[in-house]
This record gives sequence, structure tokens and C-alpha cells, in this order.
Amino acid sequence: MDQETDAELLGRLRAGDERAFAILVRRHHAVMLRLAAGYVPSMAVAEEVVQDTWLGVLRGIGGFEGRSSVRTWVFRILVNRARTAGTRERRSVAIGDWVPAVDQSRFDATGHWTAPPERWVEEAENRVNAAKLTNRLRSAVGELPVRQREVVLLRDVEGLSSEEVCGVLEISEGNQRVLLHRARSRLRQVLETEFGRA
Amino acid sequence: MLPRLRLPLRRNRDIVCQQAVELVTDYLEGALSRADLRRFEAHLAGCPHCTEYLAQMRATIALTGDLTADDLTPQMQDEFIALYRQWSAGQDGT
Repeated sequence: MDQETDAELLGRLRAGDERAFAILVRRHHAVMLRLAAGYVPSMAVAEEVVQDTWLGVLRGIGGFEGRSSVRTWVFRILVNRARTAGTRERRSVAIGDWVPAVDQSRFDATGHWTAPPERWVEEAENRVNAAKLTNRLRSAVGELPVRQREVVLLRDVEGLSSEEVCGVLEISEGNQRVLLHRARSRLRQVLETEFGRA
Repeated sequence: MLPRLRLPLRRNRDIVCQQAVELVTDYLEGALSRADLRRFEAHLAGCPHCTEYLAQMRATIALTGDLTADDLTPQMQDEFIALYRQWSAGQDGT
């Protein structure tokens, strides 16, 4: 029953189907809330931004021409509104300074590992561990700088293509990759620490 | 001490571990040039540590993808339905 595509649901919504709206909201709510939370000071404000976004979607539905995917369109409305509502973003629009993926102390002067990564992948894939790691990873995503968090939420949590992410955030492919690289590198470090092998 | 930040990639030279870990995302995104891809893969073939590192990045991505969405509370769902009805009523009125 929840299998319709976003585009199909949008079509039904245009025809006045309230249930289609409910399904769309439920499908995208969590990631929208997390995205909005990166810009505004509280979850309460983030919730307002999400509500305001859906109102914007309803108002703009007649003008949506389907040139981007529905979620690219919806998320872009959200990001624009969250940026307007928030003040945090203004301080952190920049990509930021370069941070190494792995601490430099773990390489020798020629760039070879002196403290190579120890194995933990099999352990991480173990079901029991995976459940524990999820919580740690969730808070680590929340602690990322806002630009990195946006990209990793959209790409790795939500599963958007890099093209869609660039469309939503209005950034270049190159910047998207830089942010993704930093975010993923940081999350790998967190997992490594979690296994006590940093 | 020389500040040794990004070791620049030099044409026709093998890459070292510290460079390889910075190329992982471009590699996974299919964004490496043909020459860099060849050098990256050549490095991996000879370096079990960087191979492990790549496996860890893949595992990290997979685990991040498992972060499930928090469900909407019934109360919030009702709020959205109310929002819709409000909008819908406004539409009819104009």
C-alpha cells in the first residue's frame, strides 16, 4: 500500500487525495526533520520548518513540472526554508578547512602506515553489534558540521544520488564529494573508536 | 618541520597510504581519472592495510544506510492531516 512512487502520490495529491499526502509526509518526515535541525536552534523550530515546507509543497504543487524528482523538489524547499529560519547556517556555509581522513600521526614521513587500521568489519556486521553501533552512529551523524551532515543524510541515510544531492543543496559535484569524504571518514573513525582500536 | 598536509599526487609516481585514504571517496564515487584509478588500484593490490581501510569505509557506508527513520508519532500525523485540510479548505474558498 506504501509502494507507490513519489510521483504517483503527487499525482493523487493534485487530485485532492488526502491519503496520498499522509503517505508522502510519513515517507520523508524523519530525514526532513533531521535536515532542518541542522539549521535551527531547536527541534520545535525544525518541526515548524517541516510543516511550513509541506504547506509550500501544497501551494506549489500546481507549478511543479517534474523536471527534478519529487524529493529533490521537496527537500530543496525545505533547505531554503530552514536556511531562512536558521542563523547557524550563516556561520558555517563554507566547506571548511581541510581535515585529514586519518590522523597524520598514524603515518610515517613517507606517508606509509605506522599504525594501520585493525580489522573490525566482520565484528561490525554481526547483528548484535550492528544494533549497538546504530545508536553511536546516529549521534555521530548529529555531531557532524551541518554541511557534512546534510550530504551524508541525503546520500547514505536517505539514498539520494549525488546528482539529487547537488540539486537539493545547490552545491557542485566536487564540493559534494569533499563533504561526503569528510563525513564518511569521520564516521569511520567513530566506529574504529567504538571497537577500541583508534 | 615541514607541514605535510595533502601530499600532492605527482604524475607517474606511485601513491602512498596517506594519499590513498584521501582518494577512497573519489574511488567509490567513480570520480578518479583513469590514471589515478590505475594508481589507486595498484596501491591497493600491494597494501593490505589500505585494502582493509577501504573495506571499513564500505562497512561505514552500509551501517549509515541502516539508520532507520524515526517514525512519525500519531499526534504529528494528525497535525499534518489538519494542515492538509486547512490548505484544502482554503483552496475551495478561493
